[in-house]
Amino acid sequence: MQKSWSFKLTPFRYLLIGLVGIAIVVALARLVFGLGAVTNLSDEWPWGLWIGFDLLCGIALAGGGFSTALIVHVLHKEKYLPIARAALLTSLIGYVIALVSLLMDIGRWTNCWRPFFYWGFHSVLFEVFWCISLYTTVQVLEFGDIFFERVKIGPLKNILSKAMVPLTILGIVLPTLHQSSLGSLYIVTVDRLNPLWWSMIIPFFFVWSAFFLGPAMVTIEGTLAARAYNRKPETEVFSSLTKVTMCMLIVYFIVKMIDLNYRGVYSMAFNGSFESNMFLVEMIVFVLVPIFMYAIPAIRNTQWGVFTASVLVVVGVVFNRMNVVFTGMAQSAGGHYFPSIWEWLITLGMWSALALAYLFVVENFPILVKEDHEQEGLSSGKSVSTGRSVEA
Amino acid sequence: MSKGVLVDVSRCIGCRSCMVACKTWNDLPATKTEFTNNWDAPGKTDAYNWTVVNYHLIEQGDQVKWRFVKRQCMHCDEPACESACFTHSFVKTKEGAVIYKPTELNQDYCVGCRYCMVACPFGVPSFQWDKSLPYVQKCRFCYDRMKEEGLKPACVTACPTGTLKYGEREELLKEAWQRINSNPNYIKRVYGEKEYGGTSWLYISDVPFDEIGLKTTAYGKPVSEKSIPSYTWNVLKWTPYIFVGWGAILTALNFYTKRRDEVHHHEDMYEAVNTIEEKKDE
Ligand code: SF4
Ligand code: SF4
Ligand code: SF4
Repeated sequence: MQKSWSFKLTPFRYLLIGLVGIAIVVALARLVFGLGAVTNLSDEWPWGLWIGFDLLCGIALAGGGFSTALIVHVLHKEKYLPIARAALLTSLIGYVIALVSLLMDIGRWTNCWRPFFYWGFHSVLFEVFWCISLYTTVQVLEFGDIFFERVKIGPLKNILSKAMVPLTILGIVLPTLHQSSLGSLYIVTVDRLNPLWWSMIIPFFFVWSAFFLGPAMVTIEGTLAARAYNRKPETEVFSSLTKVTMCMLIVYFIVKMIDLNYRGVYSMAFNGSFESNMFLVEMIVFVLVPIFMYAIPAIRNTQWGVFTASVLVVVGVVFNRMNVVFTGMAQSAGGHYFPSIWEWLITLGMWSALALAYLFVVENFPILVKEDHEQEGLSSGKSVSTGRSVEA
Repeated sequence: MSKGVLVDVSRCIGCRSCMVACKTWNDLPATKTEFTNNWDAPGKTDAYNWTVVNYHLIEQGDQVKWRFVKRQCMHCDEPACESACFTHSFVKTKEGAVIYKPTELNQDYCVGCRYCMVACPFGVPSFQWDKSLPYVQKCRFCYDRMKEEGLKPACVTACPTGTLKYGEREELLKEAWQRINSNPNYIKRVYGEKEYGGTSWLYISDVPFDEIGLKTTAYGKPVSEKSIPSYTWNVLKWTPYIFVGWGAILTALNFYTKRRDEVHHHEDMYEAVNTIEEKKDE
């Protein structure tokens, strides 16, 4: 497989490259002229599209990395190996996006290195900051293991292989902590965030949803990759993952209901306000519907069924984050916020860069499972790798 | 010896001398105002207006009253802004002022993440949106006057009606209750005594606080009397235990489920896809 680096350019990829180019220009303008000149942010809406969508959702969507790592490398459920590397890759790229949007968003970006030296450990943001930095490093190292399969530097590869187990564990503990602390960020908004979303256990909701989002994200990504590269999707792996997602969704729903009841705000969900409607949509369309789709074998075992349900789950988590950042804060913040064209362009550019990076890596590194082994292994449902039988 | 200011809303005549004094002492630029017909439109503090006086038209039965309310940072006893900042850029001084270190003490660590703005329950900290490297801005209780020269804050000095009274927080609190108890017109509450764990600025009033823009309820419930840092700390304190505990669980699981023949030889099962036709790629 040792060929020269390849990256075939198609019109679609030219478009992506163009979008990245525009975003870079806008980003430079933002760094030079400041946030006020480029964004629609204000004292009432200090956090907008970049924090709300790119950072919070980028990181949530990267949940595939740590949930798959847990299932495959810690619980050793090896039938899920075919998707492990792709999950790691998307997760890594998701984090890079989060870091870039963070850099874009901080007003005094020339001070971005300061938090490493002045420790405000009583701040939730401190935890978020350290976990993101460390975990990105861990993921780069984990990816190094794959990188050196292609770029052969013997000693480095050996060192990395030895470090893999502790790295993997660190690579689960860190995201667990900070997925939850992304939620804890909003504990501070006592009396500001709508009680339908504000809760002392919002950290639990965040980490739990990031976890169940993982398998769904892997499903979507795998299906799209299979389609793009004209391969056979690992439908069987996907539909067996749905058990994990479904159970977690059910737990999520139950805890949510108990929490609302406990805080005595249950009735707020039905008072007909904009917030209550958004909440009902979130719960019904993006939690209950996927639970039923996953529960019914006739849907779960088909490619479109598992794909659609997974899309609902992923969109649902994004929807939930948007509700926390925007819907739930609207009433107390007052004023209004809609991202400016420049904010959209940077966001668009970042996600285009993500797509390009993914394509490049997948086409140059061993990420996806070899076709011939996979065909046989998956259709028999017993083994996925050559010569070794693996129990489920 | 924590200082405070007692604001007696019933005495304020809305002259706005306090606003002018604040601008003058702190060298804040003038901002353009717009004429509106809406007299009682509440204005907000921003990066260049650290204090504002809001006009409120209050109807009680067939009576109509004007009330004027000076607003600024409340200088909380346990400030949310301080606990939220991960670069230690806010500090509650022993004198009672909550100050922003980058501009006050030249300790320029602030990265401009604006989490302090999200955290403040009164929506006080503001950002210099017009600057390319903006600072956070808010009332600093004239910390320089208070600390070095033993002076009252500029606004207190300027107030012609005795609406504002500077002193020890404890004594002001006593005086506030004295005034309330000796005059039945007052609402039986000192705003800032308990709200969010207590604030250095205290308000008393003869009209309900929520009608003059001071937040008494949120989403149908009374505002919290616990400080905001006490909420976050309740969650944050678990971090080390989760870190160690979860790490231990994972390590145990890892060894428990590990197969004996398990070696990291998965290399053969993956491949790069560059050899495959990309016809559907668009
Ligand atoms: S009112 Fe807001 S800015 Fe002022 S001390 Fe309290 S939390 Fe900080
Ligand atoms: S904007 Fe500055 S002062 Fe406010 S929380 Fe961030 S680093 Fe701290
Ligand atoms: S100076 Fe005193 S009377 Fe005049 S607006 Fe300010 S607080 Fe009210």
